Amino acid sequence: MSLLREKLENSSDRVFTAEFPSIDGGGMASVARDAARLAPWFDAVNATDNPAAHAHTSNTTTAIAMQMHGLEPIMQIVCRDKNRLAIQSDLMGGALHGIENISLLTGDDVTAGDEPEARRVFDIDSTQAINITRIMMTGKYLSGRKINPAPNFYIGAVENAAAPPFDYRIERALKKHRAGASFLQLQICYHPDRLEAFCKGVAKIAPDLKLIPTVVLLKGSKALGFMNEKVAGIDVPKDTFARVASATDQAKEAYDLTLELAQHALSLPGVRGLHVTDFRHDDSLNNFMNDLGLKPRN
Amino acid sequence: MLKKLLPFVEHAIKKPVWDCRMCGQCVLHSTGMTCPMTCPKTLRNGPCGGVRENGNCEVIPDMQCVWAKAYDRKESLPMPAVWKEHFNELRPPVDMRLQGSSSWINLITKRDQQTPAGWSIQDGAH
Repeated sequence: MSLLREKLENSSDRVFTAEFPSIDGGGMASVARDAARLAPWFDAVNATDNPAAHAHTSNTTTAIAMQMHGLEPIMQIVCRDKNRLAIQSDLMGGALHGIENISLLTGDDVTAGDEPEARRVFDIDSTQAINITRIMMTGKYLSGRKINPAPNFYIGAVENAAAPPFDYRIERALKKHRAGASFLQLQICYHPDRLEAFCKGVAKIAPDLKLIPTVVLLKGSKALGFMNEKVAGIDVPKDTFARVASATDQAKEAYDLTLELAQHALSLPGVRGLHVTDFRHDDSLNNFMNDLGLKPRN
Repeated sequence: MLKKLLPFVEHAIKKPVWDCRMCGQCVLHSTGMTCPMTCPKTLRNGPCGGVRENGNCEVIPDMQCVWAKAYDRKESLPMPAVWKEHFNELRPPVDMRLQGSSSWINLITKRDQQTPAGWSIQDGAH
């Protein structure tokens, strides 16, 4: 059983997840460096699948490389680049290497990336992909053909609590849960009120669905403005932006903001941990985890 | 004869009203009379996470998100209660072989209800 599953299903401990940096060369030495940096703090780390519609080292091979370096992967699969056959073979490839944690998501559109002329696939959607993963756990491909023995997955998904239509986000999260998702990593959210309404709404109906909101460590207003303007589905309220932009020490203000959002998120019903994205690449990750009351693992 | 004629008739009616893409497995009744195939990502089970703050599409900024529209219409349009209940059902993957065929014929013959053998397996494995 994966550590993530063990903790989420059989304990009340909080879990902390992160994003493994995309690999664009650098070999296993770079994987080893990043794994060593993240391992002390995180229970499992996302092996991303061409994030923001940019080509990188593949999701499965990244997940395998992480595992070789002692880091438990959550293998992401997005629906943008692969049809249903390729998604099932990703899952089987992961299973072959003992990868259990899977996160299935729609994916940014190709127009968000650096090859916007590419054909978008979206043969199936994320909810269908979740259901197909669940089917495979019963020992069958989508076609009904046998898989023996059945692979063992721990299925996760993603939802954006802060994007319209807000009420529908709760229903959609529950639909993903019914399809087979046991945990949800939530998109970055700068609207604590929206996150709170979402978590309360989900926890009321599906208290066993584990919610993991995301927070981001940023250096200042420039990065905050970039996210607001360029990242699909993320809105930064004007007051929040002004608070960081007008501060004399922007790095400190951005850090304090993230800490506040993290503490608020952790206080919400259904929330079992945090997903931490680090865009600062300085020593603040260690301080942040310390400030949340965590101690590094050996 | 009918098999050749009906797709033309169906398209002539449904294209101007719903911007029908002739997927051949129409789900309009369960999606607030809003065609999910007009979503640039052709999502049949709800909106992606990229919906803009004003409710518009991530890919086509001037267009309202198809699923935001579907959700609004599900509430506001007069329609049978059972159609509204179907809104949150899990719709299966599109059968690409039906592209261009008449969904009316596929509805009558129940061809549009055929799914891969594995799809309907239920065991609540989570």
